[in-house]
Amino acid sequence: MSEKLTPETDLTKPVIPAARQGKTSSRVIEHFVAPLEETPLAAIDNVDESEAPLSLWADAWRNLRRQPLFIISALLIIFVLVVAFLPHLFASVDPTSCSLNDSSEGARAGHPLGFTLQGCDVYSRMVYGTRASLMVGVFTTLGVLVVGGIMGALAGYYGGWIDAILARLGDIFFALPLILGAIVVMQLPAFRDNRSVWTVVLTLVIFGWPQIARITRGAVIENRNADFVTASKALGLSRFSALVRHVIPNSLAPIIVVASISLGTFIVAEATLSFLGIGLPDTVMSWGNDIAAAQPQVRNNPGVLLWPAVALSITVLSFIMLGDALRDALDPKARKR
Amino acid sequence: MSNHAKDETVKPAAPRADDAPLLEIRDLAITFETSNGPVKAVRNAHLTIMPGETVAIVGESGSGKSTTALAAIGLLPSNGRVSAGRIIFDGEDIANASEKRIIELRGNSIGMVPQDPMSNLNPVWKIGFQVKETLKANGLAGANSKERVAEVLSEAGLPDAAARAKQYPHEFSGGMRQRALIAIGLACRPRLLIADEPTSALDVTVQRQILDHLDRMTTELGTAVLLITHDLGLAAERAEKLVVMYKGQVVESGPALEILRNPQHPYTQRLVNSAPSLASRRLQSQKAKDALAAAVAELDTPADADTAPDTAGATPADAGHAPSSIPAAAAKPPAASLDGQRKGAQAGETILEIKNLTKVFKLRGALGKSSDFKAVDDVSFSVPRGTTMAIVGESGSGKSTVAQMALSLLAPTEGSILFDGVEVNTLKGKALFDFRRRVQPIFQDPYGSLDPMFNIYRTIEEPLKIHRIGDAKSREKKVRELLDQVSMPASTMHRFPNELSGGQRQRIAIARALALNPDVIICDEAVSALDVLVQAQVLNLLNELQEDLGLTYLFITHDLAVVRQIADHVTVMQKGRVVEAASTDEVFSNPKQVYTQELLNAIPGATLLV
Repeated sequence: MSEKLTPETDLTKPVIPAARQGKTSSRVIEHFVAPLEETPLAAIDNVDESEAPLSLWADAWRNLRRQPLFIISALLIIFVLVVAFLPHLFASVDPTSCSLNDSSEGARAGHPLGFTLQGCDVYSRMVYGTRASLMVGVFTTLGVLVVGGIMGALAGYYGGWIDAILARLGDIFFALPLILGAIVVMQLPAFRDNRSVWTVVLTLVIFGWPQIARITRGAVIENRNADFVTASKALGLSRFSALVRHVIPNSLAPIIVVASISLGTFIVAEATLSFLGIGLPDTVMSWGNDIAAAQPQVRNNPGVLLWPAVALSITVLSFIMLGDALRDALDPKARKR
Repeated sequence: MSNHAKDETVKPAAPRADDAPLLEIRDLAITFETSNGPVKAVRNAHLTIMPGETVAIVGESGSGKSTTALAAIGLLPSNGRVSAGRIIFDGEDIANASEKRIIELRGNSIGMVPQDPMSNLNPVWKIGFQVKETLKANGLAGANSKERVAEVLSEAGLPDAAARAKQYPHEFSGGMRQRALIAIGLACRPRLLIADEPTSALDVTVQRQILDHLDRMTTELGTAVLLITHDLGLAAERAEKLVVMYKGQVVESGPALEILRNPQHPYTQRLVNSAPSLASRRLQSQKAKDALAAAVAELDTPADADTAPDTAGATPADAGHAPSSIPAAAAKPPAASLDGQRKGAQAGETILEIKNLTKVFKLRGALGKSSDFKAVDDVSFSVPRGTTMAIVGESGSGKSTVAQMALSLLAPTEGSILFDGVEVNTLKGKALFDFRRRVQPIFQDPYGSLDPMFNIYRTIEEPLKIHRIGDAKSREKKVRELLDQVSMPASTMHRFPNELSGGQRQRIAIARALALNPDVIICDEAVSALDVLVQAQVLNLLNELQEDLGLTYLFITHDLAVVRQIADHVTVMQKGRVVEAASTDEVFSNPKQVYTQELLNAIPGATLLV
């Protein structure tokens, strides 16, 4: 290789490698050209117009509807929802008309699962208990999404002292175990005297939001420096509008996944609180209350405890399965580019 | 096998006497099982590598070049398999060899240098450990393995190898990591080295050093190299033999220089014609070409028709953005054809002026100490209206920081940016909003710059909406026009970015940038992520748009070859400072600085096509 110096040759100057020449081989190399008809030339970079346009959500939907996990969990959830809204379609017996004559009776015609200690129909109570449990789950999740979502988005997007305060605040709540915190709050006079679905929801939101806030914060941080956000700022979009229009929609996927999984855990939390006697009032029919009431006779009449517990497990399981299926479908790494 | 390698070091460079091919791939077909059924990634591929020979596979992304090479070392992804054909290595068919046999061959018979030096070293292990791992896997790590590791690393060109072996990958620069990977690839003296785009992530000068070194090492060791690259110029410069792949098939193969000078297959011809590294002059828009033809006819001087790049006296600045070789009389000032769109605009008048621009970043150091880092140091240049100014530099030269400041997305520490005579730094509220309308960016990564949640219509409409221009109906009309301007069918507007290729996305980004009729477009590495042909297409588009709309470009790039095609003026940056600034022709024909000369010489294949 020949080396060329700069025009004003100076020995102190570094030697610049000259441009390279190509290599030649001493061997005879055959020059092969494929016949043109074998690979016809396509126009450079044409848009494939044959396929229907597909948004990310549509793409995720197409993935989802082929997944057995999603189909099973979705069917179960739809079923649970229908039961919650229209319980009379599934149980003809009034769950509140109890007769001590039937106390702890076994199954018989019209009462497939037998009776509780108070002589209430177990099947009917299980069906009618769906609504309260589901309401707590759904409304807690919505509340958590709003509070945690806003906190997380602001913390992640603006950073700095906002992040420092909000994130530490979240950490404080995160450090308190959900159930322990709820027990303490539910004991407060304001809560103890007005026990209803809404106090339970409020309590669970107070201790449940940091999880969503963390996920949102992470997703927002990931997206806030994306080129498309910079591009929209260069177009003149304000900082806050860029958050609402570009950053949040792109951060939704992981939030949805976590929300659907935690919906199940909130139902469990409600049942736990009710079981401990500080959740829903006895006047509200719920699985947690029924399990609590069945506890003394778990050895001689386990069915009374078993059935609401089964209903609870299936509902929670279906939400967790839905979350898993959504995670697979919305995973950015799995998305086609 | 290792004995054999030792013999080779004794008599360097001489091709082996026996003429049996080392690797022969015949009628290879590779099929991938996907959710949409089987996809044939490679069909009827064939290539032959003789011992000690360097063969390059050239092709665009998705052409099957990497897949073919990976099949030879048995590293196809789990959903891919060799569905037909044979891969004969040293007389043995390994297309469907057992896992055990392939593992025996890997490392000591067939080595590999992967593409991305940043992700191919395990960040939790020391470099030396990772080299030793290779030696161990091939039973070459004896009692003196430590010395052997140092030896292998220093062969790959890492100075002070023994100390370097104790460092972690994050302490290495990109070029050093690639050297470490080369050391690993060659540690067990393989007879064939597969180098999959070994330098595409590196700066040109580093690329050059690494390839020179790889060349020297493989020649000394007598190793055959299968080089996979998208860069035709680089392939022709480094390999004796070229294999051009297109859509999973080999369309042409033969001696490198012959293919370069006399391409037979239309695809190869297309590649050679648009390879930026081989381009010798600025692109001309259709209009300028017509003007030139008219001028030639008028002046009746046929000699001028042969447009050598640096013969005419007129500099691009004098003739607006028209190529320098057009006689000044024939070059129409672009602003004149704008139907008064830009009032009072004169070609040649300075639209963007940057004076003594400095940006200092605070780096957080250990124990809360912070140090200053001058990313941009006293940079000044001015861009005449209707022309293209290119800022060239390697990574870390501060060129993108300049672009960010010119877009007013980053506040400069010192200095001023004058846009149309107005200081940009101090703009606020309404004035800044209006400035945004006139200066638009195009970013490097076409996968990142479009919001995946917005369909194309919403993407292009967004700037119009932000600036409250027109109603829904007129905006839709405008979007159609813009799509047409960037040669995309109107039906694209209902699609989402994930359905488009990189080049198509980049064209959408251009359409979005054009929506507000800006004066200046700042292209930050706008074409570097694209395949050669697509890159040429986008550059042509940008050039035509400049002619039609009188746009001014500030073009940030690391690629001098691209500069040659699009820029009128060049500012070369190194470590935050301007080292050279002149017209493109001047810089290319008569570089004043050593650094510029180095950059120019590092363009692969620049001198091969004469």
